[in-house]
Amino acid sequence: MDNLINFLTAGILAAAPLLFGVLGEILAERSGNLNLGVEGMMFMGGIAGIVGIYYYEKAGGTNPYVALIIGLVCSLACAGLGALIFSVLTITLRANQNVTGLALTMFGTGFGNYFGEAIGNADPSGFLSVSTAVKGIFNSPVFPQPLVELPIVGKLLFSHNFMVYLAVILAVVMAFFLGRTRAGLNLRAVGESPATADAAGINVPKYRYLATCLGGAMTGLGGLYLVMNAGAGVGGAWVHNCISGYGWLAVALVIFAVWSPKRAILCSLIFGGLACMRYYYPISFIPSSIYDIVPYIVTAVVLVFVSLKHNRSNQPPESLGLSYFREER
Amino acid sequence: MQSVNAVELRNVTKTFGSVTANNNVSLDIRRGEILALLGENGSGKTTLMNMLAGIYFPDSGQILVNGEEVAIRSPKDSFALKIGMIHQHFKLVDVFTAAENIVLGLKEEGKFDRKAISRQIREISSRYGFDLDPDKKIYDMAVSEKQTVEIIKVLYRGADILILDEPTAVLTPQETEKLFAVLRNMKADGKSIVIITHKLTEVMAISDRVSILRKGEYIDTVDTQTTSPQALTDMMVGRAVTLNIDRPLPENPQRRLVVKNLTCLDGQGVKVLQDVSFSAMGGEILGIAGIAGSGQKELCEAIAGLHPVASGQILYSSPNDPDTVEPLVGRSPMEIRDMGISLAFVPEDRLGMGLVGSMGMTGNMMLKSYDKSGRFFPTTKPFKDLAENIREELGVVTPSISTPVRKLSGGNVQKVLVGREIASAPSLLMAAYPVRGLDINASYTIYHLLNKQKAKGVAVIYVGEDLDVLLELCDRILVLCGGRVSGIVDGRTVTKEEIGLMMTRIGEGNGHDGT
Amino acid sequence: MTEHKHSQREPLVRLAKRDDLSRGKKWAIRLGAIVLALLVGSLFILVLGHNPIEVYKGIVSGSLSGPSTRRVTVRLAIPLLGAALALAPAFKMKFWNIGAEGQIMVGAIAATYFALFWSHLPKPVLLLLMVIASLVAGGIWGLIPAFFKAKWGTNETLFTLMLNYIALGIESYLQNGPWKDPQGTGFPIIAMFDQNARLPKVFGVHIGWIVVLLLTFAMFIYMTQSRHGYEISVVGESQRTARYAGMNVSKIIMRTMFLSGAIAGLMGFLVVSGADYTLNAGTSGGVGFTAIIVAWLAHLNPFAMVLIAGLLAVLTKGSNAIQTSFKIPASAADVLSAIVLFFMLGCEFFINYRVIFRGKKSVAEKGGADHG
Repeated sequence: MDNLINFLTAGILAAAPLLFGVLGEILAERSGNLNLGVEGMMFMGGIAGIVGIYYYEKAGGTNPYVALIIGLVCSLACAGLGALIFSVLTITLRANQNVTGLALTMFGTGFGNYFGEAIGNADPSGFLSVSTAVKGIFNSPVFPQPLVELPIVGKLLFSHNFMVYLAVILAVVMAFFLGRTRAGLNLRAVGESPATADAAGINVPKYRYLATCLGGAMTGLGGLYLVMNAGAGVGGAWVHNCISGYGWLAVALVIFAVWSPKRAILCSLIFGGLACMRYYYPISFIPSSIYDIVPYIVTAVVLVFVSLKHNRSNQPPESLGLSYFREER
Repeated sequence: MQSVNAVELRNVTKTFGSVTANNNVSLDIRRGEILALLGENGSGKTTLMNMLAGIYFPDSGQILVNGEEVAIRSPKDSFALKIGMIHQHFKLVDVFTAAENIVLGLKEEGKFDRKAISRQIREISSRYGFDLDPDKKIYDMAVSEKQTVEIIKVLYRGADILILDEPTAVLTPQETEKLFAVLRNMKADGKSIVIITHKLTEVMAISDRVSILRKGEYIDTVDTQTTSPQALTDMMVGRAVTLNIDRPLPENPQRRLVVKNLTCLDGQGVKVLQDVSFSAMGGEILGIAGIAGSGQKELCEAIAGLHPVASGQILYSSPNDPDTVEPLVGRSPMEIRDMGISLAFVPEDRLGMGLVGSMGMTGNMMLKSYDKSGRFFPTTKPFKDLAENIREELGVVTPSISTPVRKLSGGNVQKVLVGREIASAPSLLMAAYPVRGLDINASYTIYHLLNKQKAKGVAVIYVGEDLDVLLELCDRILVLCGGRVSGIVDGRTVTKEEIGLMMTRIGEGNGHDGT
Repeated sequence: MTEHKHSQREPLVRLAKRDDLSRGKKWAIRLGAIVLALLVGSLFILVLGHNPIEVYKGIVSGSLSGPSTRRVTVRLAIPLLGAALALAPAFKMKFWNIGAEGQIMVGAIAATYFALFWSHLPKPVLLLLMVIASLVAGGIWGLIPAFFKAKWGTNETLFTLMLNYIALGIESYLQNGPWKDPQGTGFPIIAMFDQNARLPKVFGVHIGWIVVLLLTFAMFIYMTQSRHGYEISVVGESQRTARYAGMNVSKIIMRTMFLSGAIAGLMGFLVVSGADYTLNAGTSGGVGFTAIIVAWLAHLNPFAMVLIAGLLAVLTKGSNAIQTSFKIPASAADVLSAIVLFFMLGCEFFINYRVIFRGKKSVAEKGGADHG
């Protein structure tokens, strides 16, 4: 029983960064932009966040909450900037979305490792890392101790760091936004049929820019989480290639979640669980390196099943991956 | 101080690359009138109106609304000026409800109150005589319902100037009457209405004034009461044309194709063709009429082996061996083509099927027989020759036979397509919408080509939209309605009204047999 | 007031499609884009406190000066060019194969199997077996997503991507388990290949460079002259048209992806047998991803790929060199290549469209008319 609870808790911790990535990408894809640069934006969000905190502390800052805010802002801004590059290229300059997304992944990966390594090398310790106080915020529960100590539910529901709850709140807010607001309706129309949205007086480029950049920024939080949290990542220090495919998993999960923020919560949980299952339920005859690829195999299988089922309400946004130019004829 | 004109266009010019869509056009739209904008396909009617709708921006010229010069940079600007356009291809989001589509893009303060919106929509519906369920999804709707959504959308935004782009193209004659009644209600309500069309009968029936465009140029505006269809035709085409299409009597007709109880399903399992039976003869032209989407496409594709057949038979007899009957169902498209059955289908975007836009004429000539010359490396010489031939014989205007066909104009693209199909010397030629978007001269070239095939003893199946053409060109006409045959009639004796009725008969009574 | 009215008249910037631009101008625009990219790239170097000009010089000299560095650069370019060639037919078909990375890996794994366990065979036989094994393995890895795409329209972008990670997982399993070198003193590595399993050298670089150059010509002919190439073009343009023409679209998709995967797999063989003489997690080393960029920038033209693969190999080798000489992380190669790519992607827009600013219309129009 303890093992199960520990496993579920670890699964939740591993799910949170995925959820940020999935939500960000859902927002972008709902506007019709298939941004394959999630991995890159996670790298950018991760490195910018930790570098922001690092320099704040270097400059003598000691308040961990100021550090936290600096980290969050840097992370959002830098990942958002990555998405902005994507947006300029695909929306304004009409470049191919697939290739641009890949280029962004390449850029972000290089960007993260480049600065991570350079700043780490320049530090006397040889590492780019932050103080324990800041690490603590990313790794300890937000709720008061009595709640955390409740049997079972305490650990399952109240023992997590603030980023976990932030991700869930974000999902709920996004579900409300897409389903219940005018702007959400407009955004969905842009992704389904930009020509229709345009004719209805909706500023298609504006919606695409905003959705893609905000989505990218959210994705960056996932990167920051991976850098700062010890459960799913390293925990407050930069490690070469630390995002290691999480961004790509997020892209795949969007399909699994059929572009719904609420389902994204469940799907992220399943994949978070899969990612850490081997530590809690090792199976003797399956070598660990094979266990590690289970999420990818499951994703591939899910992809096939999604394509098998043709359901009107389960389809991707109609114009996903397509650029829209009003004057084309 | 109020001017009588709701909208004035002054010397408006719009070009696309090297094509001039509108050249120096000046035009007035008066308050409370129905103005028909008449012109052939490609005469620039839609482009001109799109500049009022904010889809395009003029290269030069002025637009005045209520006497004031305006710049309409986006559809939003257009709404702000109370101009609303109902496009030919509906701009609706399929997965949204009618109400969601109607309020899409509106910036209103306060809560997003779906109930209040539905109530308002019902109000508008009853005022003008529409019938619409605000909560129905678009993908569950019939074409005429979608059109209703489009019109209400514009009214909901408080438009005073409505522009309708070929609104009747997708409607049955009965639905058209209903629409016209609604338009008259709106006119009585003080709204200005522009109806873009190339159908003279409708111009005469609904409009107060007619403005005529030809090849992007403004020709004239006349009062409907003082003009005649013949005068309008003259202005539209620029010179007097004989409207007669040749129709020689079929010589020695031979049974070429027999279709028995054919039923086909679409991807969702819905019957798109049901129990279709008919035969096509060598030496005659069999017309196929019906509202858009009644199964014409699926029928052609099923015969060509491109659409799966759920049940029924398709039997073919070669002209060389008329007594042998060969089943086509189950054969591959290549086998069917090799038996002499050819399909020239002109889709709405003209290039979607049948031609490869990025390739030149030569590459496109190869499309259906590239596998016959050379196992690994096809020889291109015969295809080049064929391309040159077609270019010369049909007068295809192109810089060279290697220029991507995407860059050619619509008429030339169609000549390439139809020319290739005829060049394959078929014994059964299916031509679906071959004159779609062509001007009158090019259309006649195509009719002439089809008649030549008929004279050669080829069985021609002609799928068309324009009933007048079907009535003048075809020996027999098969009418489809909702995927079923509602009648097969003699093209020489049937009337337009009779066909119009048949086009709707089965659809309404759902389950009635049309025969 | 009149001023205001005028500014209301038309939007600030409008676009018009250009008719064909002259070849020279196109290349001038592209060249300009690369120069701009290098300027932006130099910001990244400046941030670390280095002189960009010196660093760029270091990249060039670190990759092109001296025969031995040149050989390393060529060795880097070989799989890059080969993988880009592999992607060309898939991309032409609009099949977004981003799985070259995994296809290279499984090709390398299959070749390694023979190198490790059949090394007693005579060299030509062994090498031939390794070639075949890598072709088949890579081909199958390409065929799997193609099969699902053809049957049910499964999204190939994500599917091929997942296969990359799966291939990497298999490699890691083999390296840590059954294929671990007993003489590896505890480290999980795979043994170096026997001399028999190593490719011969020509002019100091393994024979793979001849292979990929021949492949360049072959691919050019395949894409432009052959029946298969014709079919691929049609399917890429419109599957409906292809079906209408009687083509077996599923078969063409699967055949093309088998070919694409097989060539990528062959690159895996070239890397293990020609360059590394062993298999490890870095065998494909991002080549499969970079090749996408090479293929795209070359507009799928095989000869242009030679040039671009060369350029990126220079960047990569040069970045390794500056890592030691300037202490600049080698990830600079990724950053610089990505920036070059961003600019190249963006500049295509200016090749295809004319940008008309308000008030300058007549000038721009005149410029456009030269080509109309």
